[in-house]
Amino acid sequence: MPALLNLEKVEVRYGGIRAVKGIDLTVNEGEMACIVGANGAGKTTTLKAVAGLLEPAAGSITYAGKSIAGVRSFALVRQGLALVPEGRGVFGQLTVAENLAMGAYVRDDEHAVAEDRERMLGLFPRLKERYQQSAGTMSGGEQQMLAIARALMSRPRLLLLDEPSMGLAPLIVEKIFETIAAVARTGVTILLVEQNARMALETCQRAYVMESGEITLTGPARDLLDDPQVRAAYLGE
Amino acid sequence: MDIFLQQIINGLTLGCVYAVVALGYTMVYGIIQLINFAHGEVVMIGAMVAFSVIGALMKSGMPPLLVVAIGTAVAVPACVAVAWLMERVAYRPLRTAPRLAPLITAIGISIILQHVAMMIWGRSPISFPQIIKTHNFNVGGALITNIQIAIILISFILMAGLIWLVYRTKLGVAMRATSQRQDIAGLMGIDINRVISATFVIGAALAAVAGVMIGTYYGQTQYTMGELLGLKAFCAAVLGGIGNLGGAVLGGILMGLVEALGTGYIGDLTNNWFGSNYRDVFAFVVLILVLVFRPSGLLGERVGDRA
Repeated sequence: MPALLNLEKVEVRYGGIRAVKGIDLTVNEGEMACIVGANGAGKTTTLKAVAGLLEPAAGSITYAGKSIAGVRSFALVRQGLALVPEGRGVFGQLTVAENLAMGAYVRDDEHAVAEDRERMLGLFPRLKERYQQSAGTMSGGEQQMLAIARALMSRPRLLLLDEPSMGLAPLIVEKIFETIAAVARTGVTILLVEQNARMALETCQRAYVMESGEITLTGPARDLLDDPQVRAAYLGE
Repeated sequence: MDIFLQQIINGLTLGCVYAVVALGYTMVYGIIQLINFAHGEVVMIGAMVAFSVIGALMKSGMPPLLVVAIGTAVAVPACVAVAWLMERVAYRPLRTAPRLAPLITAIGISIILQHVAMMIWGRSPISFPQIIKTHNFNVGGALITNIQIAIILISFILMAGLIWLVYRTKLGVAMRATSQRQDIAGLMGIDINRVISATFVIGAALAAVAGVMIGTYYGQTQYTMGELLGLKAFCAAVLGGIGNLGGAVLGGILMGLVEALGTGYIGDLTNNWFGSNYRDVFAFVVLILVLVFRPSGLLGERVGDRA
């Protein structure tokens, strides 16, 4: 399968601090990949660099055969790249309906947008109940569902998810991951960043382990799940 | 003649103009937390451009209403161009600068625009051609002119149009999204620079119409007219709760009413110690009083740490 996303020797700095120290990473078309690791390992920074929110200091980022390092985020959305940011980032003062409309901002095919909206409301029935309500009044889990649905409204080819489990109850986390797996089955390529290593490794096919700005382990997620080092460090065994 | 009703009518007319101008302040503040002190000058430029166009066409034999409409139609793009340019050249480079920098810049832009206008249109007050014949209508003992009726109607149409745009169109939702989280708006594919430009441009178009209305109403204009008018409209926006569209409308109309009623009654109430020349004081007294009791304005929810 061809690589949809490819990072080579990518380095990201915050001022003088190297948060990401020259990593290589590949996500193939149709695949579900994850980056796991502790807080502060550089996972979110990596994702932000891919999504165009941060400019890498060195290295190359290739998406669908084109270099996208330094391309601003709003332009990447039109190329099929969507990020569900850490902490969900819903527009709290906009309604659920308006949040979904913003997800489809780059699309002009109103008929298809309406169909996708119906699909999202089918996938997340809670959003249908709260359709005309301000997003800020919803629970964390509902906001996470909205954030995912909103990103899907742009019909992404590559969906980037930053800590979708953050601050949510275990039952809700399970529901969210089921949904992500269902989205992946529709053919959307996914790159997921997670502290909840068990959930991520059980759901994804390929995994990267990140530690203080570097990738220390990589391989099929199943293998990592059985790796004694990973079990000790990230699965609490 | 019923003085009370008369002052209500005068105040409502003036208040509508304040409200239309206040919307420009509040929109820009809402999206980039900038108090665009040069907005009053955009109103002035609208009035001046319309004055020149109307002056040039008034002897052409065209119907007066058409002449005023053409004057407005030229003033709007002129103001839009000025506002677009000032955002692009002066404010955008300072988007990430400390808050004080764009604020001082706004004052600088305001001074520059005033002086450019002074060089073009001169220092002295210019009388705005009164080509529309005034008719008086008697309403319960007070007089309302056709011009006042037109100002009130046009203002309400503009306000309703703006609210429709902000709440019912894709651009409007994008504006509100950008005002909440610029970074997240970018992740939706919204080009926030374009949205911010659009905000300035829409505010400027409203300002242009306000300039024509105030010029026609007062019958004169001067290069300094934007200063006090802008300040009052800004106060109106703060009074209503800056960043809030409904607040700007409410604040503007209240400001106009207080000014008219205050001017009408101050002589009687103070045994002629103070006269109607104190008219400009009322707006600010009300502003101070409201802010003492409701620091975030009448309809404002958030108490800003970023004023």
